[in-house]
Amino acid sequence: MAVDVLKEPGILDKKESELRAAFLYQVSNIPGGEKIKKCIQCGTCTGSCPVSYTMDVMPREIIALFRAGAMESILNSRTIWICASCYACTVRCPMGIKVTDILYALKRMAMEKELFPKRFPIFVLSKSFVYLINRYGRSYEAGLLLLYYLKTNPLKLFSLLPLAYRLFRKGRIAPFPARIKKRKELSAILAEAEVMEMIVPEGVYPAAPQKGHVLGLAKVS
Amino acid sequence: MSYLYYPGCSLESSAKSYDLSTRWVFQSLGEELVELEDWNCCGATMYMSTKETISLVFSARNLALAERMGGDVVAPCSSCYTILNKTNKILKENFILKAKVNQSLKRDGLSYHLKVKARHPLDVLVNDVGIDAIASRARHSLEGLNIAQYYGCQIVRPEGVFDDPENPTTMDKLFEALGGKNVYFPVKVRCCGGMLMTTFHEVALKLNKEILECAVENGADCIVTTCPLCQINLDAYQKKISKKFKVKVRIPVLFFTQLLALSMGSTPKEAGLDQNLVPVGEKILGGRL
Repeated sequence: MAVDVLKEPGILDKKESELRAAFLYQVSNIPGGEKIKKCIQCGTCTGSCPVSYTMDVMPREIIALFRAGAMESILNSRTIWICASCYACTVRCPMGIKVTDILYALKRMAMEKELFPKRFPIFVLSKSFVYLINRYGRSYEAGLLLLYYLKTNPLKLFSLLPLAYRLFRKGRIAPFPARIKKRKELSAILAEAEVMEMIVPEGVYPAAPQKGHVLGLAKVS
Repeated sequence: MSYLYYPGCSLESSAKSYDLSTRWVFQSLGEELVELEDWNCCGATMYMSTKETISLVFSARNLALAERMGGDVVAPCSSCYTILNKTNKILKENFILKAKVNQSLKRDGLSYHLKVKARHPLDVLVNDVGIDAIASRARHSLEGLNIAQYYGCQIVRPEGVFDDPENPTTMDKLFEALGGKNVYFPVKVRCCGGMLMTTFHEVALKLNKEILECAVENGADCIVTTCPLCQINLDAYQKKISKKFKVKVRIPVLFFTQLLALSMGSTPKEAGLDQNLVPVGEKILGGRL
């Protein structure tokens, strides 16, 4: 894999330092997130991961790349999308690094910047899920899968029919969405939360790294 | 003491049997489960990977409702359980996010002050009710039944609130006390792939194959689990896995409350066993059809 590492050691380009600052802010929100500084590159996370065999960048390498100033390579990797959030790496990390939560932070950044192939499955699934629960307050499994396959691969729906039929006969598919009663109030809460999401408190956002300050970790704690 | 019951979305559709059997078990033990009023989706892993603050608001709304009703939340879905616990942890350690969440909740006159604990029914049954109390109410021994105890990820990780993250034994002890035999099952906390079954199908099939194969090879009669997503992944794709990997797997996958209800004397229908895709055989029912 081609990694666009520093052309000149210690100097990050503008985009890279912006990505880095955004990432450090996200990491600072994770309880215990500052431990990312302590990575010893032992590879326990990679070894513990049940799906690392199908990743292009190993979990260990994610932190190495971050240190090398290659945020873009991380955000373009397949790795952050394959993570099934099983937390095996998190509980085994000898330095207490919250690897899974860090991958969540990276996923959020990649989604925000739309750094993934078009009609990318996880993005579509998450968007459909968010749409449904914002609307009904509850998840609606049948609707979620329908939306997902319509947007990614409608033909696949036919191959799912036998399983859907079996589940339906067993009473395991709810044909209609369940809704909460206070949907209007929920929308008000969400509208406010949307505003809150945008607010980045002053002094928390770490400064972009300066020349000669390769790791740029000084402000996170 | 009564518990505030938070079923979660999947217990209303694909895991109805989990809902039925959990309510049945609690009722017959004389523990009151009061459903949390107007609960909403916890946000799950998918909201967490889209927007941070909003996902916290989603799960905190439930905790705020529970705080108003007074009591701890009991969440059978492992994912809900982990998300609620995680929300508590983040809000406790990050006052800015807590302020943001409360500011949003204020729109509906709600607020959350971290007074609610999220608990799993397995934790409540074993640590509050007690294994002895459950065993004394058991009507049928599970003698001769070989069980593979599959915990999945989210119930013990990342925090391991009531059991060890690498080698949990709560469920093993419970079913051993009821007469069952626990088979050697080293993959008890391996990941089933969760939503990867939809997004990266092949990857998830392989993960499920490893779990199913391990149970079959070690002579288990059934797999018992605590998570709706694990149950449906392991239950629904056995034919496909057998064909694809040229292995022979056919093994019923039950929620732990289903087996518990059976041994406490419920009918198969009361335990929701008619909803299992791989039929639950005579050995588990013990001639009680």
